[in-house]
Amino acid sequence: MGEDLERISADVNLSRGLGRSYGDASLPPDDEPTVLNTTFADRILSFDEDSGLFRAESGFTLGELNRLLMPRGYFSPVSPGTKFVTLGGMVAADVHGKNQHKDGNFGHHVTSLKMRVADGRVLDCSPERHADLFRATIGGMGLTGHILEVEFGMSRIPSQWICQESRRIHDIDEFQDALEESAPEWPYTMGWIDCLARGKNMGRGILMTGRWAEADQAPPRAPKPGFQPSLRFDWPSWVLSGLTIRLFNELYYRKQWRRRSSGIVSHESFYYPLDAIRSWNRMYGRRGFTQYQCVLPREAGRASARRVLDVLTARGGASFLCVIKDFGRESKGILSFPRPGITLALDIAVRDDTQDLVDALNEQVIQEGGRIYLAKDSFTRREHFEAMEGPRLDEFQAIRDRWDPNRRFRSAQSVRLLGD
Amino acid sequence: MRVAFLGATKGMGRALARLTAERGDTICLLGRNSVDLERSAADLSVRGATGPVRGVVCDLEKPEAFTSAIDAAREALGGLDAVVVTAGVFATQEELEADPALAERLVRINFSNTVMFCEAAKKALLEEGGGTLCVFSSVAGERGRKPVIIYGAAKAGLTRYLEGLDHKHHAEGLRVVTVKPGFVKTSMTAGLEPPPFAGEPDAVARRVLGAMDRGAPVVYAPALWRLIMAVIRALPRAIMRRINF
Repeated sequence: MGEDLERISADVNLSRGLGRSYGDASLPPDDEPTVLNTTFADRILSFDEDSGLFRAESGFTLGELNRLLMPRGYFSPVSPGTKFVTLGGMVAADVHGKNQHKDGNFGHHVTSLKMRVADGRVLDCSPERHADLFRATIGGMGLTGHILEVEFGMSRIPSQWICQESRRIHDIDEFQDALEESAPEWPYTMGWIDCLARGKNMGRGILMTGRWAEADQAPPRAPKPGFQPSLRFDWPSWVLSGLTIRLFNELYYRKQWRRRSSGIVSHESFYYPLDAIRSWNRMYGRRGFTQYQCVLPREAGRASARRVLDVLTARGGASFLCVIKDFGRESKGILSFPRPGITLALDIAVRDDTQDLVDALNEQVIQEGGRIYLAKDSFTRREHFEAMEGPRLDEFQAIRDRWDPNRRFRSAQSVRLLGD
Repeated sequence: MRVAFLGATKGMGRALARLTAERGDTICLLGRNSVDLERSAADLSVRGATGPVRGVVCDLEKPEAFTSAIDAAREALGGLDAVVVTAGVFATQEELEADPALAERLVRINFSNTVMFCEAAKKALLEEGGGTLCVFSSVAGERGRKPVIIYGAAKAGLTRYLEGLDHKHHAEGLRVVTVKPGFVKTSMTAGLEPPPFAGEPDAVARRVLGAMDRGAPVVYAPALWRLIMAVIRALPRAIMRRINF
């Protein structure tokens, strides 16, 4: 750890930010115990108030970005569901948010990266300069080198408040229609699904849409951070059992008793509902949880989402949180996750059969022509990953052959999925 | 407030400088490396510091240049209301015992050279009619303890110097603030096992800025360390010989 990334990155082979990815991407391989923690490298290097162009060291966090620049009318062009991420991590996972259908991934907005590559050089890359390295680094899970600095364009916002609308949805088909209808009208959309509902109710849930409130709609003050409880111990595993999840889901669905409701909410409650409870992951007990997130391409048709949910419910895989979202833009990064279609994200408590469940889900996703999100993955098998990625993986590996022929940069995840 | 920082490119100094920037203070940074100073200056400018943030090269190992560095800061700021010293070096007791040259350097930087820097800063502040001199010492100077014998001795000396400075110049308007951080999670302590009551740089910075604004002579940060050190100071020698704290 340290402030001077350029110096300390010289002899370490993997970077790690805040460690919030759900998988093993920021963990080192077994034979190489050291990882570089970037979080002390958190200086802003420049900000152009007119154009919104922003540059900072890669350990700078989204939470700080929001805190400092939202009062000045700027917001990150893309924000994932937590603000506890670093810019370096946002690039490496090529994160997406509720506006993917409109604004794409974080990588679409990155203009330049400063990197330390395998041969020891420190260099800048961009869509024009070392374009292959740039495209492989966006969504490349840290396997192309250390990201030292990140430059990107910020978006202007009229207030710090969101006009939100929630709408009750009865099944998975209606969900996909509703997401598609909302897309042109609402810059932010996502849905919560009750994963335990089966048969004709399968995929019922709540669609949430939002847009920035105009200055005259918003309360005249900035939102205040509320009480932040923190889980200080691991909950026993029976707390999140099939029964309690069923109860929660039923209540959460019934809460939306009106067909539609709307209101003005703070951006924090809209974007980062889970950040309100520190260490919320401890709810899942000592064995923890994994998240399974896949994208099903448009070509696979409407029925594909139902088929994937079928695999989950048939195995009784209780998911506490299931999120659905439409993607509209193809990614720039070679291994980036999003592509036009529908994405499903499932939180799954780890049990003895989790590996089997992930295998079954992966086999269905391969049939649909879809793929998984590496930032969430710690269970996928190499052969499944290769079947999903095909030519994209070949291109990624060819670029690694050019920049890192000896495979200096490796992670526990790359050992598992790429055979490094 | 027009404030000069020595050592604010890292750790607690960085966190404190950011707080002053965000409330619109005018800042000058003193430090060893001009590129590093420029990067921190950019950070503080975007965060809201008033006017350009200037960098002045100043190395705690080169005491002959202290006066000129402080004069340059004073000129850049158009006066001087506060000087904050967070610079210093750290090494474990084992490292210092194994390397006498390192031990000598640590005592020189953390004690004699820091004192000489404070002498120059004090002079400038008194010429301005008073002001705040805020210096980071350590709880390690509170009692001789096995893990911090040499480091603690240097910090003990610094604490006593600052105490005397306060006694002599308080009436002339000099506010000496001695900061005694406990274990704080910075790059300086990275690699050490943090105790359960370890602090975060941001929280320490908020506490220190409050103390500077009030002119409080001594501040422990995190606050719990005042209690911890009171207990440690009260322990009989027989017990100190047995425990490894």
